Amino acid sequence: MIEADSLIRTYLLGGQTVRALDGVSLRIQSGEMVAIRGPSGSGKTSLMNILGCLDRPDSGRYILGGEDVSRLTGDRLAEIRCSRIGFVFQNFNLLPRMSALENVELPLLYAGRHEGAQIAAAKAMQIVGLEDRMHHLPSQLSGGQCQRVAIARAIVNDPAIVLADEPTGALDSRTGQEILQLFKALNAEGRTIIVVTHDLGVARHCQREIFLRDGKVTVPDILEQAVPAGVAP
Amino acid sequence: MMLRIILKVALASLWSNRLRSVLAMLGIIIGVCAVICVLALVAGAHDRMMTRIASMGTNLLVISPGQRGSGGVMSGSQQNLTLADAIALKDVAQIRDIAPLVRGSAQVKHFSKNSRSTVMGTSVTYFRIRSFDIDKGRLFTDADCDAMSRVAVIGPTTAQNLFGAQEACNQTIKLNGINFHVIGVLKSKGDQGWFNPDDQVIIPFSVAMKQVLGLKSVHEIDIRAYEETQLTTVQTAVTQLLRKRHRLQPDTANDFNVRNQADMLDMASSFNQTLTLLAGGIASVSLLVGGIGIMNIMLVTVTERTREIGVRKAIGAKNRDILRQFLIEAVLMSGTGGLIGVGVGVSIAHILRAVSSIQTSVSAFSILLGLGFSSAVGIFFGYYPARRAAQLDPIEALRYE
Repeated sequence: MIEADSLIRTYLLGGQTVRALDGVSLRIQSGEMVAIRGPSGSGKTSLMNILGCLDRPDSGRYILGGEDVSRLTGDRLAEIRCSRIGFVFQNFNLLPRMSALENVELPLLYAGRHEGAQIAAAKAMQIVGLEDRMHHLPSQLSGGQCQRVAIARAIVNDPAIVLADEPTGALDSRTGQEILQLFKALNAEGRTIIVVTHDLGVARHCQREIFLRDGKVTVPDILEQAVPAGVAP
Repeated sequence: MMLRIILKVALASLWSNRLRSVLAMLGIIIGVCAVICVLALVAGAHDRMMTRIASMGTNLLVISPGQRGSGGVMSGSQQNLTLADAIALKDVAQIRDIAPLVRGSAQVKHFSKNSRSTVMGTSVTYFRIRSFDIDKGRLFTDADCDAMSRVAVIGPTTAQNLFGAQEACNQTIKLNGINFHVIGVLKSKGDQGWFNPDDQVIIPFSVAMKQVLGLKSVHEIDIRAYEETQLTTVQTAVTQLLRKRHRLQPDTANDFNVRNQADMLDMASSFNQTLTLLAGGIASVSLLVGGIGIMNIMLVTVTERTREIGVRKAIGAKNRDILRQFLIEAVLMSGTGGLIGVGVGVSIAHILRAVSSIQTSVSAFSILLGLGFSSAVGIFFGYYPARRAAQLDPIEALRYE
């Protein structure tokens, strides 16, 4: 259901052209939990931006749920982000002046689903286990709780894909594990989850990984290989 | 629903930057406050003028010199209305009273007490035409005018200022250094806006023209007809007589004005309109300045909240959602400024009325004008920053530290 075909994305950096994505092709099935892994500078953020419909490739095709979205512009992309993609960021990115529940409500409102938005948001809060923290401000929540709110916000519109960019990067390892367990639970319910990370430990929780180096999908070196999930290192 | 959250975020954002918001609103506050106050003052003065004109009677005509200047450029009054003109008007049959009038300002002194008052030089008929009543003492007579007696009838406010609780009659005052004998004090008529009839010194016109003010022409000739129905006839007769006396050719315009009550009311209205326009001018300048202040702060806000804009876009906000958010914040700021301005303006108008004799009248129109303009300013000057926010690239915005 995600089909990317020879994506190329170049940036102009200080007069030099940098090829962040150099012909990336990949395929992710509905219901998978996939890690996109690679060292910094490998192009994983560029790939995530395109998969998340925040950006468009210079060339190549990106087909999401049967629709070619690689040539759509501005507000059309916003509609797709709104209805089909949920974002989870490394530093949560909750809006500081709104309560947890209102943060979760926001995607519904942008989608025009005003009717019952509060109930749907409360349900998402329940899924991430924060039903008793709904009216707290982000500043009154711990890091792990904030990330749970962010996940609730990502799933509230019932998107086809949840895209998580280093979701455990700002958390201690125990909380990180809890967040990964939450992702796994969501995946078990049938949601497609893509985790972008440089962390082998995080990638290990996924069913498979797509490894990037220098803007290309490749096989990691022996030392960088993920041990298959479920087996102790 | 959406609006609820937008308003909540906007209010929270304004509140968390209270000082900055208030400073940005200051221009709008001052602008709206100025509009309310000036319009209240104009309306108050207008109300008084109207009552004054209405009270002067319907069978009164006022002759004044024409405006000097040509080609639409007016430069003060001519000095072509003379005492002889006033005397000649006695020939018009339907005229009951004629009063020549000269006005000026003079230093009025009684020992150490001293004030600047309006000095009126006129004849005894003036008191009848303008229905002044004497409170104490007597009015001066035609004989006083002929004999150039240095006698004065003073208003109650002047009397209070100069003599306090003392008896004013038979005292001596100095007008520009000349001794005058106070023979009477008028009854109070109440303040009438532009000038206070209770604070004036009325002396025979002959003395006023020759000794106190040094004038050869008169400023005004007041005429009272016997009947209101004769007013048009009198007006025509007076105009013809004066044209003849001033030797005007048939094709030249009058070099004087003859106005009745209706003309005066018209004049007051157009005066009111001019002042209202002036107030509008003040308002637009200060609202413009206020608008720039708001635009400035909104640009800062957009920059500060770049990351938030990125997040909103990532979770599905369209450009118009962002535009709306920031536009509402700008309008909220200017609208709040407008409300505060209205509050301050109305308070100042009320305080002025309470503690001084200045008449003010706050109209619903001026409040609506202030609020409407301030909101419009918010939309106009908030649009550019809001559009900048809306057009931010989500990736750049998310990466912004």
